[in-house]
Amino acid sequence: MQWKHKDLLDVSQLSVDEVRHILATAAYFREINSRPVKKVPTLKGRSVVLFFAEPSTRTKTSFDMAGKRLSADTFALAKSGSSLVKGETLKDTALTLQAMNPDGIVIRHSSSGAAQFLAERLECSIINAGDGRHAHPTQALLDALTFSRRWNGDFAGKTVLILGDIAHSRVARSNVILLNLLGAKVRLCGPRTLMPPRLDTWPVEVFSDLGKACLGVDAVMCLRLQLERQQAGLLPELREYARTFGLGARHMRDAAPGCCILHPGPINRGVEIDSALADSAGSLILEQVENGVAVRMALLFLYLTRKSPDASQSGIPE
Amino acid sequence: MPEKQKKLDLAVRGALWFGPLKADSKGGKAKKGGQPPKGQLVDVLVARGKIVALTPAGSLDLRATHEVEAHGLVLLPSLTDVHVHFREPGQEYKEDIASGLSAAAHGGFANLMCMANTKPVNDNASVTEFMLEQARKSWPQGPRLFPIGALTKGLKGEELAPMAELKAAGCQAFSNDGRPVANTELFRRAVEYAQDLSRIVIDHCEDPFLAPAAGMNEGVVSSRLGLPAQPDVAEAIQVARDVLLAEYLHAPMHLAHISCEKSVALIRFAKARGVDVTAETCPHYLTLTEDEAGGFSALAKVSPPLRAREDVEALLAALADGTIDMLATDHAPHAAHEKEVEFDEAPCGISGLDTALATTWELVRSGRLPFGAFLRAWTTAPCKRFGLPVNAFNPGDSADFVLFDQDESWTVDAETMHSKSKNTPLLGRTLRGRVAAHFLAGKSVLGTAPAGA
Repeated sequence: MQWKHKDLLDVSQLSVDEVRHILATAAYFREINSRPVKKVPTLKGRSVVLFFAEPSTRTKTSFDMAGKRLSADTFALAKSGSSLVKGETLKDTALTLQAMNPDGIVIRHSSSGAAQFLAERLECSIINAGDGRHAHPTQALLDALTFSRRWNGDFAGKTVLILGDIAHSRVARSNVILLNLLGAKVRLCGPRTLMPPRLDTWPVEVFSDLGKACLGVDAVMCLRLQLERQQAGLLPELREYARTFGLGARHMRDAAPGCCILHPGPINRGVEIDSALADSAGSLILEQVENGVAVRMALLFLYLTRKSPDASQSGIPE
Repeated sequence: MPEKQKKLDLAVRGALWFGPLKADSKGGKAKKGGQPPKGQLVDVLVARGKIVALTPAGSLDLRATHEVEAHGLVLLPSLTDVHVHFREPGQEYKEDIASGLSAAAHGGFANLMCMANTKPVNDNASVTEFMLEQARKSWPQGPRLFPIGALTKGLKGEELAPMAELKAAGCQAFSNDGRPVANTELFRRAVEYAQDLSRIVIDHCEDPFLAPAAGMNEGVVSSRLGLPAQPDVAEAIQVARDVLLAEYLHAPMHLAHISCEKSVALIRFAKARGVDVTAETCPHYLTLTEDEAGGFSALAKVSPPLRAREDVEALLAALADGTIDMLATDHAPHAAHEKEVEFDEAPCGISGLDTALATTWELVRSGRLPFGAFLRAWTTAPCKRFGLPVNAFNPGDSADFVLFDQDESWTVDAETMHSKSKNTPLLGRTLRGRVAAHFLAGKSVLGTAPAGA
């Protein structure tokens, strides 16, 4: 497949076929990642800037590893170590990065729309690694790979519950779009104070009772509860939240057989999910991390070689 | 009648007029919404800066010192804008009084009331006097500047500003615009104090606790984009507070930039109870929706935010039936580099003086806004409310009028805009209708006046 997109801003840009292609490519890289020597020369000579203007360890490491396994040169630029803290605007930072001629920039930023802001101004590929509350397409794609492996690629008739702080979650927004695109049904559950407005315009079913929300679901995706939500007056106390919206073993009994559990991490054990449940057989949390590297390898490959005629000769499935 | 003996200084011949004529009031009556108005050709006669007559074209055979052929350009009285931000003193890189008045002159405005959120704040006589002096120096023939004094010192919402001193220096009204007074007790005292001075308080209605994020409407678009937003009830709740307070105190109140249906309903309710409340809305709330922010464009970030389609319809109906009395631009210039940032980092505001007439005329042309309401909202209503000079084309009115080329298409860009700041979501779009000539007290204020004079 000739890749036509310059940037990955959100999964809403992608067709079903494109998503399937990304997942197939990621499955191939997953296999490479299980070899003793995990490095391939696919992106040799290409450079990727990891521009993380918001603290992140796992996503940044995942992208860094993905780039290095493809032999790309990765350069990390963190907000604390960059001129951003000295009052430089995002535009100037972007233009400065552009002048260094990278092939791609992976951006994580606390403002919704920051990835698009870069994409509109720069020639190189922009991969959104999370912008504010807006989108986290690489997370949604790695979740889709995780589901796809579990369900043999068949999303039809499956129901996924996304649980927790939906309002502030880019993971939820991207997953709602992608799961619907792939044919799954999506439920949301959480306290009303952590729900976005106008959910009537979202393709989801909304529950305020976790017990009912879990009935017959094929997967539960727990979201991280940022502890500052309590201080912001959105929750009375964490103990009450855990009791009302924390996922426990009892909820799993009403779920469909083989129901799996996902979490984008990092986990607050005992808050959004019972600690033992996070370590149970149904938990795919660590597989998500593994799939994250493979998906990001696939994305870097597709976006950075989209203009190369020889991309098809690299042994990667068409 | 001394008319015939009077020496005419200016005669504008053959302009297209959509309003009623005193001599022939059935001729150009404003049509109800749904149909574009029909016009007739008229002559305007001016002596010593005042209107002498507005008559059917060719009906009076009097020659003037300056004769102008309008060739069917639309005749409009100059507009009044009770809500602009001219940024001087303190932020002259965004706008100064000279450039703001230039945008006003080219946009068709005669009277401008400018808000107090300058640096320093207009909360003492020296700032007011400085503003007036800058206006006199830059545009001696007008457009005229009428400063609005701060309601509280430094707009901090803590202590009353010296309103008597500000009135004496020339402040036409008082407002805490941009920094709504959360403390209702303090706000009450401010309204009462202004009452003694016969000055109206203008309130920017926004519950600051319910509206932690400015510039984006809480709704379908904010939900999809994950943008921090504020609900329309943050405005409406404050409207409710204000009209109840105005009724209780028997005080006049003016509500700035009303943006949503809920506020309209409350204003309608208050007026039915006889409360002395007036309200303005802005061209952008009548023509644009929250969808403008769909691509994270900070040019569409404005406070209060652009709302939903239903709000636009409610505001148009309210303006037509008089529930909303007047239009104002809330002209809020910001430099390009301030707007070209992440959406949540950008300041709120739209630069409006250059585009207001064209965008609102489009509503008249398409029949969505009756001509009578358009005229009232831009001229008589604001002038009457705030005691500003008005031209209703009655003999003796100040000869402030515009010849408007309703067919000229122009693209909104850095070249065509006269404001220093080009921050409008209309940037790059084509509008129809432009000011061809502008006369204030019978004198052309634009270099581009027709050469017939």
